Amino acid sequence: MKDLIRALFLALAFAAANVALAIDTERAFDDPALQSRYENINRELRCLVCQNQTIADSNATLAQDLRHEVRGMLAAGKTDDEIRTFMIERYGDFVLYRPRMTAGNFLLWAAPVLLLAFGAFAVVRVVRQRSAESDIDPAGPEAGKS
Amino acid sequence: MLKFIVPLVMFVALGAFLFVGLQRNPAYVPSPLIGKPAPEFSLPSLQDAAYPISTKDLAGQPWVLNVWGTWCGGCREEHDVLLAIAKQNAVPLIGLNWKDDNAAAQAWLRDLGNPYAAVAEDQVGRTAIDWGVYGAPETFLIGPDGIVLYKHIAPMTLEVWATEFLPRIEAARNGQGSKT
Repeated sequence: MKDLIRALFLALAFAAANVALAIDTERAFDDPALQSRYENINRELRCLVCQNQTIADSNATLAQDLRHEVRGMLAAGKTDDEIRTFMIERYGDFVLYRPRMTAGNFLLWAAPVLLLAFGAFAVVRVVRQRSAESDIDPAGPEAGKS
Repeated sequence: MLKFIVPLVMFVALGAFLFVGLQRNPAYVPSPLIGKPAPEFSLPSLQDAAYPISTKDLAGQPWVLNVWGTWCGGCREEHDVLLAIAKQNAVPLIGLNWKDDNAAAQAWLRDLGNPYAAVAEDQVGRTAIDWGVYGAPETFLIGPDGIVLYKHIAPMTLEVWATEFLPRIEAARNGQGSKT
């Protein structure tokens, strides 16, 4: 009995947490596949009025309008890519939370590899230099003393 | 010697990047529309719904689209500037009343003066999405060929008008003159 009550309370607490977290309370689609695509797209689009939130997180009127737009496009059978392109054409790459690789930001994408290569090069150079130094006088500076 | 120069150069380069980064305004999102054809619209006029305002009617001349709403503080701030700009008669100044209350918008124009040649009413906000509007006031300059030439995000000032808009309007007019 006690366990049952505890479980019920737990379920209630989780349900309440869900309500508190969901900004977009009304379900957009009955079809779970469409609904999950809808939620995923919303989580990847930036709300430009409240820049550090996605349109799924925000209840700014623009976020509401954009969610409405996403819903309409999904209902019309548009693909996720088509919806993303629609947003980029209007708001630019900044609207995407997961940025694309473009000519303009290529250096940024390549930076980790380039920096790693630079670091490896520096390490190899320093190690070589140090081992070359010890080759000159293998016995060290104390050699002549004994 | 190299031991000191390499870290120094790296430090200065990083410092320069960070310094430039500090000066940039993250709220300013450059419009991907610049250099592209302006999105078309045909919307009811704010004052008379039977009279539509269409981008097609504006083609062939440079024109300015100003996005505003009575709920927008920056729009109140720039209103006197718009009135002064309208007096110059440089280009048609078209208003896009964004997600607003019709009566309130009409009262605003009656009380504060109407700088617009025409005001299109976008109550659902669909046209604003097409134009990539995210925060009023925003002001677009459209060329005679329907290409978006410039976008200003924030209240308009006479300085911005004189340095960014007027030279582009002049150039657009001259460009058109040489073509015909």
